[in-house]
Amino acid sequence: MSKVPFDPTPKFQEYATPGALVSTEWLAANLNTPGLVVVESDEDTLLYETGHIPGSIKVDWHTDLNDPVTRDYVGPEGFAALMSKKGVSRDTTVILYGDKSNWWAAYALWVFRLFGHADVRLLDGGRQKWEAEGREMTKEVPTRPATQYPVSPRNDSELRAYREQVIEHVNAKGCMVDVRSPQEFSGELTHMPDYPQEGTLRGGHIPGAKSVPWKRAANDDGTFKGVADLRAIYEGEKGLATNDDVIAYCRIGERSSHTWFVLTYLLGFKNVRNYDGSWSEWGNAVRLPIAVGAE
Amino acid sequence: MSDATEAQLPPGLAAVAADFADTPREMRLELLLEYADRLKPLPEPFASQTDLMERVEECQSPLFAIAEVSDGRVHVHATAPQESPTTRAFASIMQLGLSGLTPEQVLAVPAAAPLQLGLTELVSPLRMRGATGLLARIQRQVRAAISA
Repeated sequence: MSKVPFDPTPKFQEYATPGALVSTEWLAANLNTPGLVVVESDEDTLLYETGHIPGSIKVDWHTDLNDPVTRDYVGPEGFAALMSKKGVSRDTTVILYGDKSNWWAAYALWVFRLFGHADVRLLDGGRQKWEAEGREMTKEVPTRPATQYPVSPRNDSELRAYREQVIEHVNAKGCMVDVRSPQEFSGELTHMPDYPQEGTLRGGHIPGAKSVPWKRAANDDGTFKGVADLRAIYEGEKGLATNDDVIAYCRIGERSSHTWFVLTYLLGFKNVRNYDGSWSEWGNAVRLPIAVGAE
Repeated sequence: MSDATEAQLPPGLAAVAADFADTPREMRLELLLEYADRLKPLPEPFASQTDLMERVEECQSPLFAIAEVSDGRVHVHATAPQESPTTRAFASIMQLGLSGLTPEQVLAVPAAAPLQLGLTELVSPLRMRGATGLLARIQRQVRAAISA
């Protein structure tokens, strides 16, 4: 069990897992709490170097968590070596934050969970809110003593969906959430608006998926919406239920990690998997079914 | 990579490649950030009207660039948001490496030059797409300028 207390902020107590988020105020007051490590994970890999939360370390999604050759995450030995080098222990409370409304931080958190790291939390509002509030940033990189992080199996089966499983899910008419923009969902674009049109041969969505752009779960300051608003969207409007077997996807799995976090930790859905192959795999695969249009 | 390929880099870009090669691995991101900080502010009229520039669609962040040719020399102007320092670094490296060259020298830069700077492993291949896209667009602008 974690020895680091949870953030008592009232908004968080309404969520299914109140301890999954911390506020900027709480973090600022708890930076020196033993057993707590703050991890920054961004789209732009240099942001950490421009200044970061004091004492925080950096884990880069591309260069640290991905296998350099195969399109996959690092294996148990690789993750253990990374954690040991970064000075993270198996019982460390890891607080993740990053740019872009925490997309990459949520992605990293999801990978930490694949390896069964128990206590992972997100900073509500991420880097954007911390900076907007004028809180302290530093360029100083902490030196943390190396640890002996145990080699822990990566358990993909509960949290991650592979292409074959998504095909089965489509055939079984299972619930799916497409968290990309409406234009990507309809097939008009193969990347989100204002982002490059890269690398997908076909546009559209996986048949049966419901469109819920990730942004609907977030406020403009990058924080998560309150539980009543979230329930209204996913349960009220889209008809999902916490016992449903749900697969979330986007283009490469980062925006859908954000939604995976919302469904799992904030709303208490029990079976949510992230399809990290996402549209960049499905939209390029030969003979997989595709639906176009707004529905 | 053969010496023959590396020899095709113009002096400015070769200097950048050497700079990274001579820097210990753990200091290379710091060096990249130094390049980001050297990106020059846009001159007019581009500072007021970024739509006069070309959007580099290959880049994940909003990056705009324009190459002008005057007195037989190429001048590269580019802008990207402060919260995208890696993109700013790529823009700055191209600005430093290509500005002041003749159009012929710029057009002779190999398309894969950004991949020869020793940055690929540092930032990941996905993030290098923006840099190769930037070079391609600069070269096309230069080609258009000298054929106009």
